[in-house]
Amino acid sequence: MTHVYNTNPLQVGRHYEIDSIHSYGEVTDFFLGLQKRKILATRCPNCGRTWLPPRRDCGACGKPTEWFEAPLAGKVHSFSVLHFAAEAFMADVPFVLAYIEFEGIDTVFLSRVTGCKPEEVYIGMPVHAKFRRLVDWTPNDVVFVPAG
Amino acid sequence: MSRVCIVSGGITKFAKANLLTQEAMCKDALDYALNDLNGRLELRDIQTTICTYFSDHFNSQLLFDSLTQDYLAMCPKPSMRIEGGGATGGLGIRAGFMDIASGLSEVCLVYGFEKMSEVNTEKGNEFIALASDTDFDFPVGGYYSGYYANMAQRHMHEFGTTSEQMAKIAVKNYDNAFHNRWAQKHERWTVEEVIKAPIIATPLTRPMVCVMSDGAACLILCTEEWAKRLRPDGDYVVITGLGCGTDTMRLGDRPRGDVIPLPGDQPGKYDYLVGRWPGVASFRGGREAARQAYKQANITRPLEQIDFAEVHDAYASSELQTYEDLGFALYGQGGRFVEEGHPYVGGTLPVNPSGGLLACGHPVGATGIMQGVFALWQLQGSISRHCGDAAAGIDGSKIQVENARRGLIHSHAGTGTYIAVNILERA
Repeated sequence: MTHVYNTNPLQVGRHYEIDSIHSYGEVTDFFLGLQKRKILATRCPNCGRTWLPPRRDCGACGKPTEWFEAPLAGKVHSFSVLHFAAEAFMADVPFVLAYIEFEGIDTVFLSRVTGCKPEEVYIGMPVHAKFRRLVDWTPNDVVFVPAG
Repeated sequence: MSRVCIVSGGITKFAKANLLTQEAMCKDALDYALNDLNGRLELRDIQTTICTYFSDHFNSQLLFDSLTQDYLAMCPKPSMRIEGGGATGGLGIRAGFMDIASGLSEVCLVYGFEKMSEVNTEKGNEFIALASDTDFDFPVGGYYSGYYANMAQRHMHEFGTTSEQMAKIAVKNYDNAFHNRWAQKHERWTVEEVIKAPIIATPLTRPMVCVMSDGAACLILCTEEWAKRLRPDGDYVVITGLGCGTDTMRLGDRPRGDVIPLPGDQPGKYDYLVGRWPGVASFRGGREAARQAYKQANITRPLEQIDFAEVHDAYASSELQTYEDLGFALYGQGGRFVEEGHPYVGGTLPVNPSGGLLACGHPVGATGIMQGVFALWQLQGSISRHCGDAAAGIDGSKIQVENARRGLIHSHAGTGTYIAVNILERA
């Protein structure tokens, strides 16, 4: 049955939904690593740049990279307390969306900070990786909690 | 090569919901532009078109550009769709420039639209969030207000930027829009009200964030020969500089290196930022786009040589960041730039005299073209005629920049992933 919202102009409901089979391709090991409580990053042997999320090919010089284990401890590089979100995450608000910086990693990594009140989070705050036991096969398999 | 000129423009009033179809909105914008040429340009004179819109998800119609091309009675002429997120419109102007400058066309219609009202705001945010990395950034709850809030927070941390400074930008733009009949929002805010408004994502409150919008806009680009025919009084503008910059899809992947100097910058000017730029606090793509456009337009002192700018203020914070990328203020001093009054109408370099995206709305594919339309009217000195509405008590003359000879338009996508900077000058 088509739902009618208005008649002048005529406005009707439409449904739009897709299921797909998505491949993580060449960064598959990152997601497999989370299940083993590891954060896997890549390093370029040519220029030395390190990438987290990982890239098979260096984003700076284009040469093939190598996998390595990133530290599990880092610091909050920036953060925001979200009170509004995309529809898929509205049930989660408020939550802390943060960029995490790690020693020896050139990029900063987008994740959530949990395990404390949102107002307790600050830039420079030491945090530690916490892994999901029941994996979701998404980057949500790791979050960061206050260290110590 | 002929100089590439802009002779006319049109927009629909941006609105939360426009219940016309997208193609009819485009037609309304085109009719406005044609009417403003008093019949000197006919549909058959248009040789090529560039169509710009952002999201197939919003439309649930692929190849929408064929629907609009058809509806505008442009078939079988050459056409292309240009899409580059929030920079779609600005990139469309660049594509139109290429059509004319290459000699492929003498008269090119650049038009764009977006209809965002057919889904709720949360779903709209989700569609827009799909323009961020969907393997790593979107799945953890990332969406644009969250990314920009992170940037703003880092900017505050590094440079001492304050919520008050960002709120001042929002208040300025809402105040300007009060004199623009095309603006979606006619609202008065105080700095205190902006800061105390409901939080979207700390530190951004609701009035610091643009809203979903429906609308269309168009520009007529042509050779100078045609421009003289269409505007015998010489009331047209010339595109004198075009820049386009890009950056990594994921904000977190941006390097921390050295500032790209703008033409005329003295060595050592940014020594205080060595090894820290752009990080997540600045837009490398915007800086690079400005560098290219300034070089072409021979701009070495932007504050003195640019009379106004229409910039992409999807967030009050990003307007502040953009002051710095465009060289209006030193990196870290974007907040001071607004505190000292420079970007106000009547100030050193008015920014967003139209009201910007915050107040005019941001129907993505139309936005960058809307900026071009407002810039054209500023340079023609016709803002009062186009933006005023005596019956509604709207006095457009209050946002006309006096003796505007050169304007900058800045169209920006993603977290700064695509940026187009175009310089327009009076003929």
